[in-house]
Amino acid sequence: MSVIKEVLRNIISRPVTLKYPQERKELPERFRGRITIDYDNCIGCGLCARVCPALAITMVNPPGKKDIRSRRPLVHLYKCIFCGQCALVCPRKVISFTHEYELASYDKEGSVVAPPFVKKGNKGGRELSKG
Amino acid sequence: MPIVEIPVGPQHPALKEPIRFIFQLDGEIVVGAEPRLGYAHRGIEKLAEHRTYVQALYLSERICGICSVAHTTCYVETAERVFNVEAPPRAKYIRVIVSELNRIHSHLLWLGILAHEVGFDTLFMYTWRDREMVLDLLEMITGNRVLYAINMIGGVRHDITPEMADKARKVMDYLEERTKYYKRVAEEDPVFNNRLAEVGILSPSDARRLCAVGPTIRGSGVKTDIRRDDPYSAYDEVPFNVITYDEGDALAKTLVRIDEILESINMIRYALDHMPGGEISVRVPMRPPPGEAVGRVEAPRGELFYYIKSDGTMRPYRFKVRTPTLANIPALCRMLEGIFVADIPVVVASIDPCIACMDRVLLIDKSRGKKWVWTKEELRRYSLKWYEEHGRR
Repeated sequence: MSVIKEVLRNIISRPVTLKYPQERKELPERFRGRITIDYDNCIGCGLCARVCPALAITMVNPPGKKDIRSRRPLVHLYKCIFCGQCALVCPRKVISFTHEYELASYDKEGSVVAPPFVKKGNKGGRELSKG
Repeated sequence: MPIVEIPVGPQHPALKEPIRFIFQLDGEIVVGAEPRLGYAHRGIEKLAEHRTYVQALYLSERICGICSVAHTTCYVETAERVFNVEAPPRAKYIRVIVSELNRIHSHLLWLGILAHEVGFDTLFMYTWRDREMVLDLLEMITGNRVLYAINMIGGVRHDITPEMADKARKVMDYLEERTKYYKRVAEEDPVFNNRLAEVGILSPSDARRLCAVGPTIRGSGVKTDIRRDDPYSAYDEVPFNVITYDEGDALAKTLVRIDEILESINMIRYALDHMPGGEISVRVPMRPPPGEAVGRVEAPRGELFYYIKSDGTMRPYRFKVRTPTLANIPALCRMLEGIFVADIPVVVASIDPCIACMDRVLLIDKSRGKKWVWTKEELRRYSLKWYEEHGRR
């Protein structure tokens, strides 16, 4: 008896699944997607790189400069575990998470959050592969 | 008839983690089971010794994907004892709420897997659909569906706002109605009764002797629960009943878990209503004083045990984890004795294994000199076909 009731209910009800690329689910405010860093206000303290559990953040120097103060964080998204610890420890709160979750890319360039001084062509190079 | 040995496992990465069993068969009856563990060894304990306390927290979260919040709760409770800090009361309540939401999602997931094992795929779809509501709730509170990263040493990261609490209450009302329906299904449905009742019985004395934990021992009528026996977080303030069933079979374990979902729903409602205000975290130094601590947490699968030793540096000197599935393996081997081959999937599923797999079953019939290999899926199909032919025992 209950089987017939379930069948009838399911005939008239809509499917629960979404047609993904066309329909998208609304993401909650706290969702942790792709990392963004506001490099203008970053002071280059390096706390994020020290605290990262996945060792996904490296501090890089601008070309020609070697001093410790001009280093800026570079995030390897393919290593990132999206725990948000870097955003938590950042003293200037410049690290935040967007709602972008489709992070697949064809090259390493697309999977890196880099400071503006890192040249485009260099992003897949030796400099990024270490660390 | 000679005793035939069949090895089961170890590989089946898609559905469950690797574990190998050697079953001794007398015809269709299992007379002995011998486990072989260690295929999923990842060296996490050693790795944690090379990470700071904050980094090891995220490592512990990744020990298990399903009960990840139980692992972090256990880690922070133990680490807070090492650091000599205490989380604020509101943080403790948030930990209880997230832990219980996690328990609901874990039990619903398990109920779906069990339904799939007995060939009741409608229920599998239903429970996983409802589990999605819990995951959405967890995503709203913590920011992620599975690896929540909400616990931190000295408190929690995110607060629960009144709007979130309202939404959680609505979801709890819906889930309560659905869970009551699932309980009726488990009690009345002939599929469940045929496949689960009087299968894989674990007697209370065996359960105690073999140190089973969690729903496995509570299904044998032994009243034990870390949340009641050794309260952590705010469990000493949130009232709840410890669910036990006396039968000790797979059906009793199912009913224990379904009733635990109902208890968890009530606990979440209570915690949402009685949450104290105030801070949600306290500042913790980078280095703890030298010392050691143990922590116990009732994960969805049973008692979880952590040990952390500090030598005063930024990194733990020793980090030890005992997960509930390991504690349940001896009891599982006892439960497997005397059952039919067709019941193996159900009995193994009944402990809710976190490492278990029956991917490749090599069957050797010595009398006929035949050898063949079965996958887990084929074993499941065999069990469904066997019961179609033989009906109710």
